[in-house]
Amino acid sequence: MADFTEEQIRRYSRHIILPELGGKGQKKISDAKVLCVGVGGLGSPNALYLSAAGVGTLGLIDMDRVDVSNLQRQIIHSTPDQEKLKVQSAKEKINALNPDVEVVTYTEKLSSKNVKEIVAKYDLVVDGCDNFATRYLVNDACFFAKKPNVYGSVFRFEGRATVFDPRSEASPCYRCLHPYPPPPGEVPTCHEAGVIGVLPGVIGVIQATEALKLIVGIGRLLVGRLLLYDALDMTFREVKVPKDPGCPLCSKHPKIKGLIDYEQFCSGV
Amino acid sequence: MRMAEKKHLDIKGEVCPYTFVKTKLALEGLSSGDVLEVVTDHKQAVTNVTRSCEAEGHDILSKEQLNENDWKLTIRKK
Repeated sequence: MADFTEEQIRRYSRHIILPELGGKGQKKISDAKVLCVGVGGLGSPNALYLSAAGVGTLGLIDMDRVDVSNLQRQIIHSTPDQEKLKVQSAKEKINALNPDVEVVTYTEKLSSKNVKEIVAKYDLVVDGCDNFATRYLVNDACFFAKKPNVYGSVFRFEGRATVFDPRSEASPCYRCLHPYPPPPGEVPTCHEAGVIGVLPGVIGVIQATEALKLIVGIGRLLVGRLLLYDALDMTFREVKVPKDPGCPLCSKHPKIKGLIDYEQFCSGV
Repeated sequence: MRMAEKKHLDIKGEVCPYTFVKTKLALEGLSSGDVLEVVTDHKQAVTNVTRSCEAEGHDILSKEQLNENDWKLTIRKK
């Protein structure tokens, strides 16, 4: 009990009451270090809920500034935050929400040059990025560093989420699902795609849930299962994602042995 | 073999759910078989803390009214 202040006992009381968490589970959350890649549609609910939960250290990486077109879905940012760096805007909200959280911000572009060093500082990564170059980079870096990667993506009315856990031999990685990025011309650009604003809320909260389960070590994770959410149909479906014995990254005979910087092009998928 | 410990927790002034939250945190700091004496002046806690502790598998050894305002719960950690 000495580990928590009176305020923390009150702040986290609804967690501590849960038999699956207790004070011990809350302590794990307080000790956890989570990296949020992207502080946009998915990163907003992720950063907010993980902060509210009391994650001890939250890394935020995003090079963009807040634009009025973000505000339809990126709920951590507000109208007066326009032109601010997203990580700065998010840090202000997080500090106001929960001063227990240490926020570390990165405004550099994530690349093969810096990803290894950044990922090494965290226990797990929540991928809320919006482009293939970053998604493959995060997947590969997490695989090499043996750090869990909580994946989410949104497109129009459909979202997807799963967990890649390279600490487990049986876990697939993103390349088991999609071995290589599509050529730039083959996916809709952000201008063509569009997204219903609530969608990243649903998917981001699923990612945050999986992140908390990973931290506390409870429940059944989305490892090897891809959750598909259709907002128009209001259905959740689940498809098995087996580890690909021919995966270019995580199989026994990998073709990819180092980090790759793919050409950056925007896409919601 | 270690001797079972006995700890005392005064949570007078606390109301639900903090009566249970503090009891639970104190129990987490003990080992199986240890005993926790909880003193509360929140009457509902006598029922609620008892129920919540039992739900988590601990034994309520006794419930005792100490005076007009205070109750003592004696709990053995599972």
